[in-house]
Amino acid sequence: MTAVEQAPVADTTDVAETIDPASGQLDKLPRRHSVLRMSEVRAAELMDSDPIDGENDQTMLMNMGPSHPSTHGVLRLMLELDGETVVRSKPVVGYLHTGMEKTAETLTFLQGPTNVTRMDYAAPLFNELVFSLATEELIGMEVPPRATWIRMLMCELNRISSHLLFMATNGMDLGAVSMMIYGWREREQVLRFFQKVTGLRMNHNYIRPGGVAADLPDGWRDDVLALMEMLPPRLEEYDILMTGQPIWRDRLQGVGVISQDEAIALSATGPILRSTGVAWDLRREMPYLAYPDVDFDIVVGSYGDSFDRYAIRLNEIRESMRIVHQCLDMMPEGDYRAGDAKVTPPPRARIDESMEALIHHFKIFTEGFKVPEGEVYVAVESPRGELGCYMVSDGGSHPYRMHIRGPSFVNLQTMPHMMADSLIADAVAVISSVDPILGEVDR
Amino acid sequence: MADDTETADTETAETEAADTEAADQETAEEAAPEVETAYGCPVTYSRGQKVIHPSRGEWLDVAVQLLADGWNMCVDVTSVDYLSYGVARELPAGVNAERFEVVASFISHSRAERIRVRIQVPGDDPTVGSLYALYPGSDYLEREVFDLMGISFEGHPDMSRILMPETWQGHPLRKDYEVGVIPVQFKAPAGKGSE
Repeated sequence: MTAVEQAPVADTTDVAETIDPASGQLDKLPRRHSVLRMSEVRAAELMDSDPIDGENDQTMLMNMGPSHPSTHGVLRLMLELDGETVVRSKPVVGYLHTGMEKTAETLTFLQGPTNVTRMDYAAPLFNELVFSLATEELIGMEVPPRATWIRMLMCELNRISSHLLFMATNGMDLGAVSMMIYGWREREQVLRFFQKVTGLRMNHNYIRPGGVAADLPDGWRDDVLALMEMLPPRLEEYDILMTGQPIWRDRLQGVGVISQDEAIALSATGPILRSTGVAWDLRREMPYLAYPDVDFDIVVGSYGDSFDRYAIRLNEIRESMRIVHQCLDMMPEGDYRAGDAKVTPPPRARIDESMEALIHHFKIFTEGFKVPEGEVYVAVESPRGELGCYMVSDGGSHPYRMHIRGPSFVNLQTMPHMMADSLIADAVAVISSVDPILGEVDR
Repeated sequence: MADDTETADTETAETEAADTEAADQETAEEAAPEVETAYGCPVTYSRGQKVIHPSRGEWLDVAVQLLADGWNMCVDVTSVDYLSYGVARELPAGVNAERFEVVASFISHSRAERIRVRIQVPGDDPTVGSLYALYPGSDYLEREVFDLMGISFEGHPDMSRILMPETWQGHPLRKDYEVGVIPVQFKAPAGKGSE
């Protein structure tokens, strides 16, 4: 723990009470008193002041993070503790804020994916996908079927690698350190395939408006099959190591429980929402890409606890593998990007023989392509929930405004509710099971 | 995302009446966009996505109706600064374009549909009613808008910065916010002598 100071925490009124809940969803949050709303200045004042002698009901304010092994990067939690029990908490974010939405306004639509891919760095392809889908929606263009299927294949593999990373960090946070090694090991295999396809392990800039950057390399099918053969026995191992193990279950079951009403009222999406029994997955409910053509199940929980969220992610790996197998079977032949010369660069060979191709190539990379004015909101199901992109174009070659609705950012709101009246050790389990990626939280 | 046939439950009778009335002016009718309302606000479609345009004053009343009508989750709240937007915005008649727009997206789990709300917010008084009491999930999203765009939400329990440091001045996503540039130094800086 980084800073431990004794301080009485008082006089923070629950402002929520002053609002008439009327017909709103506020009543559905019985634990909203656990949301700590305190400025840094006030916290510093309290930390400087002495505890009041003779008072027995004082609480302690403690910072956890921003550089704490279990805070997934740079999340900082301000915890109000009564002994070892968390009374109220406040996630403090912004340590990774680099103004990426502002940056997006200075980059062309073609350069955009290089920017957004750095948001959710555990699932970069989803960021690129949502940005590209929004751009294509504004242009009103169709991408060739092969591009769609490549996108789907890559995204599902990315979902696998992201959930494997969760398995690793979740294990590490709860003391199953060998799981950390296993998770990273398997994830690395998937990233190796990404490197072969996109040239990079992470931050691929692979999915671009109009299609994907390059066709799948020779031998991709064997590589994917090798991955699909490697994973099932490893997942069985995880089950043996963790799922059925009493210590693991004790650590997770009944910890960080959230109800269905709370999850909906707090706009939670992804595994957090599904752990409460809501079978909501954008791939099924509002299909994009070619998801209507593939067969998969939505994994839901019933208790809304950390164990459900763990089990959902583990089984989503299996469902993603089903989709990957279907992608292998149904991958169409054809172009991997749209033939629209105004949007996608011409094939390299054409540049040598065609003046127009050279001009288009030059124009696309210097000025970028123009996107008709309008505004659009597009969302995809990232491993963490609804990843949305609100994009406004003024008819130029740069987005006028680009906003990413990061699931990690919104899901963080559930944390104080899940942690209410739990132990610090369980708070670690909660952070882990919310699985926030701080790059996406702070953007 | 799917541009399915829209399900405006109100006003169908009225539009039908308008259709027969304007049957003789068919060309004019086709050219003019259909006047359609939902929850008492004009409706537009942006790339097939349904958008409603309540005024700032009636916004929270509309939000109450949205919640009652099964739009059970507020998925996104964001904002746009149209200060330097070069072209005219497509807004329905009766909606005056203002500098800021607050854009909120709602989802209905039972119907698997989305709806978007765009509220015009003037630049000289950037305030709008907070969704917090209705949709507590808008908490962080509204704080983000406040932080980066400087639009404050009345009734929010903690209108404070969330991404930028608490002591930060200005709101970076505004179009008149200076973007800092660090020049790439190809030469030795001035005053440090030449190479």
